[in-house]
Amino acid sequence: MINIEEYVDRTSELINLPLDPEHRPGVVVNFERIAEIAQLVTEFPLPHEIEAAPVFQP
Amino acid sequence: MNADESKFLAGADAVATASAVKSGKITARAVVTAALERIADRDQTLNCFTAITAESAIAAAEKIDNSIARHENPGPLAGVPFAVKNLFDVGGITTLAGSKINADNPPATQDAAAVARLKQAGAILLGTLNMDEYAYGFVTENSHYGPTRNPRDTARIAGGSSGGSAAAVAAGLVPFTLGSDTNGSIRVPAALCGVFGFKPTYGRLSRAGAYLFSSSLDCVGPFGRSIRDMALLYDILQGPDDRDPVCTQRPPELCSPQLNQGIAGLRIAVADGYFATGAEPEAMAAVEIVAKALTNALNCGMEIGKITTNPPIIGGLETVSIPESDRARAAAFIITACEGANLHLDNLRSRPLDFDPATRDRFLAGTLIPATWYVQAQRFRQWYRDRIRAIFQHTDIILAPATPIAAPEIGVEKMVIAGQEILVRPNLGLFTQPLSFIGLPVLCVPVQRPGALPLGVQIIGAPYSEAVILRVAAVLESQGIICAESI
Repeated sequence: MINIEEYVDRTSELINLPLDPEHRPGVVVNFERIAEIAQLVTEFPLPHEIEAAPVFQP
Repeated sequence: MNADESKFLAGADAVATASAVKSGKITARAVVTAALERIADRDQTLNCFTAITAESAIAAAEKIDNSIARHENPGPLAGVPFAVKNLFDVGGITTLAGSKINADNPPATQDAAAVARLKQAGAILLGTLNMDEYAYGFVTENSHYGPTRNPRDTARIAGGSSGGSAAAVAAGLVPFTLGSDTNGSIRVPAALCGVFGFKPTYGRLSRAGAYLFSSSLDCVGPFGRSIRDMALLYDILQGPDDRDPVCTQRPPELCSPQLNQGIAGLRIAVADGYFATGAEPEAMAAVEIVAKALTNALNCGMEIGKITTNPPIIGGLETVSIPESDRARAAAFIITACEGANLHLDNLRSRPLDFDPATRDRFLAGTLIPATWYVQAQRFRQWYRDRIRAIFQHTDIILAPATPIAAPEIGVEKMVIAGQEILVRPNLGLFTQPLSFIGLPVLCVPVQRPGALPLGVQIIGAPYSEAVILRVAAVLESQGIICAESI
């Protein structure tokens, strides 16, 4: 079980982003949502040759 | 001005307005004055405008009238009033991008490239329009500047983030506007307000002077009330621009001359799977209406034996599956959250209380996304693009709903779709997000329903196939299937 609250506190410290105690619960809820959504991307196996384009050409 | 002229101007598209001005039927000054009166009359309720440039508009109109008197060519948009989402730079006005924070900035020193090109073509800027803060939303319920109301039902949202841009056209305040689309911010409000909204291919139109949200995805485009306007505006807005690093060097492809070429031989399909299951039945019914009309148009003049032998699935058209579209939406979500948050990091550190509460916590959370998620999302983008390139080898146009439901009421946080209760703000872009993720050109066309709110259908093409998309829309418009009838 990942501790999202802990992650939010430590990472915001690392990037020097002070979190107002009033905003913290909302940030945690939003980060939980992002983490859930990100799983759809991170669990998908991509071939090594697929690279990110610095300037995207559609 | 008599009542007939007023009525004509309130419903006229840009082409008809410019034609009336150029032929001397009406002066540009009268056109602008009438538009300012409509704004004064209705905008207190609708809340589309955040700045009105009446003085400079009247001066610009007089210039147009003088040039016509001197028999000079005043341009294809002579005397046509327009307005822009307030993230476009307008010389002399501070670019708000829907925020309170940017209100402290000095006024812009020059017009955004798109605004300058439209003015060069004779169009007259009347002001700037409301939006979600920093374009992060699909609702235009802005806590600093108030919600923009849907002209079709003022208890409902106009959609967002270009809500002011869609509502101003739907209410007949101006014939056309500009907006921007990162995940659906042109197509969602166009659908909910029942007007045309065009998001061209990523990089096709210059974004120089438009306040960025997520540069990997940001596009600018027009709202309007006719297909000929969409084509003309797109034609005027094309062209390379060194001020925008992603703006294409491809030569412009003019669409207006191609509009009436018809759709014979085009391979048109309806997106199934992801795009057909997460919508309310009414959204799919709108797609079916469009699909049926196109089936009839495609079959018109064909011998029975030549009609496709495959079993038709939706509205007589074949269906096409775009794989992994839920992951595409997720990847777009990650890229947007990450890039948007990075852009605002300084202000998130120093003045978080000045953000709209509706965007603040999302931006704050976005700053914490691990780099590997972002890079994976960008790499997935290439993978998904390749899948869709393969689909466009055997398909020219794909149809999909624009939003899963019609306009929700202002203040509503949750909606029920296919029996599931989900959040309104992030989910109105369910069907738009995977497509802008890979930069496809999409025109959102309005399907009007008697006694009910309008719905939008996305006409999706391969990259740089704007002309084909507009030809398909022109056929639908000529049959009365789609229209942006002003109320």
